[in-house]
Amino acid sequence: MTGRPSFVEDVSKLPTHAFSYRSLTWWGIIGFMVIEGSAFVLTIAAYFFLMSHEKQWAPPPWEPPNPVAGTLFTAVMLLSEIPNSMIKKAAEAYDVAAVRRLLPWIVAIGVLLFVLRGFEFNSLNVKWYDNAYGSIIWALLLLHTTHIATDWVDSAVLWRLMRTPHGEEPRRLVDTDENALYWRFVWLSWLPIYFLIYWVPRMFR
Amino acid sequence: MTAAEKAKAPPIDVPRDGPELTGAELQRRLARTWDSPPGLIGWLSSVDHKDVGRRYIVTALLFLALAGALAIVMRLQLARPGNDMVGAARYNEIFTMHGTTMMFLFAVPVMQGMQIYLTPLMVGTRSTAFPRLNAFSYWTYLAGGCLLWVAFILNIGPDVGWFAYPPLSGPQYGIGKRADIWAQMVTFTEIAALAAAVSLVATILKQRAPGMTLARMPLFVWATLVTSLMVIFSMPSVALASGMLLSDRLVGTQFYNPVERGDALLWQHLFWFFGHPEVYIIFLPATGFISEIVATFARRSVVHYPIVVLSLVATGILAFGLWVHHMFATGLPRVGYSFYTAASIAVSVPTGLQIFCWIATLWEGRPRLEVPLLYVIGFIFTFVIGGLTGVMIAAVPLDLQLHDTYFIVAHFHYVLIGGAVFPLLGAITYWFPKLTGRMMSEGLGKVGFWMIFLGFQLAFFPMHIAGLNGMPRRVYTYPAGMGLELPNMLSSIGSLVVALAVLLFVVNMVKSVLVGKKADPNPWNAPTLEWATACPPPRYNFAHIPMIDSRTPLWDQGKRMPVVHGLRVEDRELLLTSVLAAEPDVREPSAEPSLWPFIATLAVTVMFVCSIFSPWAVLFGAVPVTIALIAWFWPKSPVPDPEPTIS
Repeated sequence: MTGRPSFVEDVSKLPTHAFSYRSLTWWGIIGFMVIEGSAFVLTIAAYFFLMSHEKQWAPPPWEPPNPVAGTLFTAVMLLSEIPNSMIKKAAEAYDVAAVRRLLPWIVAIGVLLFVLRGFEFNSLNVKWYDNAYGSIIWALLLLHTTHIATDWVDSAVLWRLMRTPHGEEPRRLVDTDENALYWRFVWLSWLPIYFLIYWVPRMFR
Repeated sequence: MTAAEKAKAPPIDVPRDGPELTGAELQRRLARTWDSPPGLIGWLSSVDHKDVGRRYIVTALLFLALAGALAIVMRLQLARPGNDMVGAARYNEIFTMHGTTMMFLFAVPVMQGMQIYLTPLMVGTRSTAFPRLNAFSYWTYLAGGCLLWVAFILNIGPDVGWFAYPPLSGPQYGIGKRADIWAQMVTFTEIAALAAAVSLVATILKQRAPGMTLARMPLFVWATLVTSLMVIFSMPSVALASGMLLSDRLVGTQFYNPVERGDALLWQHLFWFFGHPEVYIIFLPATGFISEIVATFARRSVVHYPIVVLSLVATGILAFGLWVHHMFATGLPRVGYSFYTAASIAVSVPTGLQIFCWIATLWEGRPRLEVPLLYVIGFIFTFVIGGLTGVMIAAVPLDLQLHDTYFIVAHFHYVLIGGAVFPLLGAITYWFPKLTGRMMSEGLGKVGFWMIFLGFQLAFFPMHIAGLNGMPRRVYTYPAGMGLELPNMLSSIGSLVVALAVLLFVVNMVKSVLVGKKADPNPWNAPTLEWATACPPPRYNFAHIPMIDSRTPLWDQGKRMPVVHGLRVEDRELLLTSVLAAEPDVREPSAEPSLWPFIATLAVTVMFVCSIFSPWAVLFGAVPVTIALIAWFWPKSPVPDPEPTIS
């Protein structure tokens, strides 16, 4: 370093972790949420671009998707925010026991969502190779399914980690907090997709 | 101790930098803490941003050489009418490889390499926010580049142009795996660029030295921030587009097939929504180089700093509203023509403002005409010509005449070489001592500059004429008697001069690394923080984290550098500061070296390459990728350390 140092401030008393926008983890998660959100927005733009060429949507003779599985999926997704919020609050309150107790619920809900998602793929009434309408519907659903999968793996690994001595570390509670934030992104991004897959093709017939 | 008690516990008693631990002893201990392991495994495990940045730059320059060699082949082929040195099909491959390599494997990566190397040094921190993600970014980029070039060597390289329009690249016409390789190379490089961008944004917003408010950030760091945000918003578009193209080709989706309700123009929208911002992703870092070089060599700070910053931000925003000007010839509603013409002309305003600010800085300062500043002057001259032809072709009637002619080829080479490569060569000369510890030869540098500057004008100016005379781009030959012989011959001679000049630049680099003059920490008397540490910097960058109170700290600091102290010495630790005011906020650990980013890249590579042949590869390939990522993040010690570490 050029010149001799002049010691101005001692930072050793600063904390070694912080929640929300004070931590690097939060910025990393936000960065990837913006990237994935951009991909969703662009896929939705492609959806409307293809739709703008059609007189009817879903284009006849294809029937719009059957909304039962998707609606059930949406309901479970919305309800999952209850344990998710509880985990987030427990993490911010350094309540490790509550986090350890609640994380398996999120993992179990993930399994249930996978099962429902399987039924969703089966109720689209169109295959991805039938036409561009089918392709974009499948693309939206598949893109969202990758988010369910990544967050499920993330939550399962976190659950296992929190049961080790590392779970007592405040930084792991920051990880838990940010995992809950990411789950909010996953279900919030689902709502417009649900509308586009199941209801727009009914509204424009 | 419970987590709540740990959260409130006072700092433990471990060695920390400060008045009691400073000088040589501190440097010895920090060097041990921040060093990479020895040997090949250590080399593959390095997460040092300087290693990653250097690797990015060297690899990108190798790809520049390869793509440049292809350019020479094209110019030799086009030197005479009716030439048969290269056949039509091979020529298609060559121009595709040239454009693809230059855009995806040279221009964006070399800028990100410079950003990865310089940003932590310029903001006064010891590492990037996500060092392992950074390392992963480099390996993924390298894998994508190797995929493309191995395919080319095996004679299955892409031949559909660097923007791979369907239906030419679609399943009906793009037979074989050539287009798939192109599309999957895009996936590799976009993941790499996005990973680097996220790391850079977090580094800039959270790791600036105390006192470095947003209004005191070096202009290069501002350019890096804007560019990285542009990467984050634009690159998903091409990743999505190429994913759709791959699925059209592999599993029979119909996104781009008009017969089954798809639309080939969807590709053009998605591609250019990325492709136009990409031009600015390449150009804005170059403006950052120029701002730093101009300030140092004019010996005063850049005039009207707020205008330069606002111009960067405005360019970043406007860049997303221009993509349709690449599609004027596809037919658009009249209001579309008007809007995108206006937007395309408007984007020249902030760039013009920046150029006036640099000229004013040189006017107000006491300029030293050394090699980096010569490249800036070469930039201003060349880029203004490219910018003006850009304004010309923003007008629809002219664009419809000149679309897909050599006029366009001339325009974008003026913009990209004049606007990005000239500043890059100046920047390499300027920061060479920081990268290597030695100065580049001034004499060879000046000869090289004049050769490349004049050779460039000779190579590319006649292309305007060839285009106006009606020569379409991407043709492997042309007939005699259409007024194309002279401009093409001049272009070919010019390209050879440019090639010689680049070779001279490389000779200068190699000679300087071996026997160049050793550099002091601040050989140019520059004002920014990267010059406050040794050339090349030690692994830990700064022994103490500097504290600043101006935009030009090294010019204003006096004899003693104000610093903060109290970071751990035996573990890797960073100081996080608040986003706007850069006040000290948190101490966070920084990742130790790890082989897992490299292993994760291998797993990703297997998945991506196999998915060219079977969609099931995505499903089965995801398993090793997931395992590698979990191992990457999983703590390596069974019990946590007293204060957090990332092992």
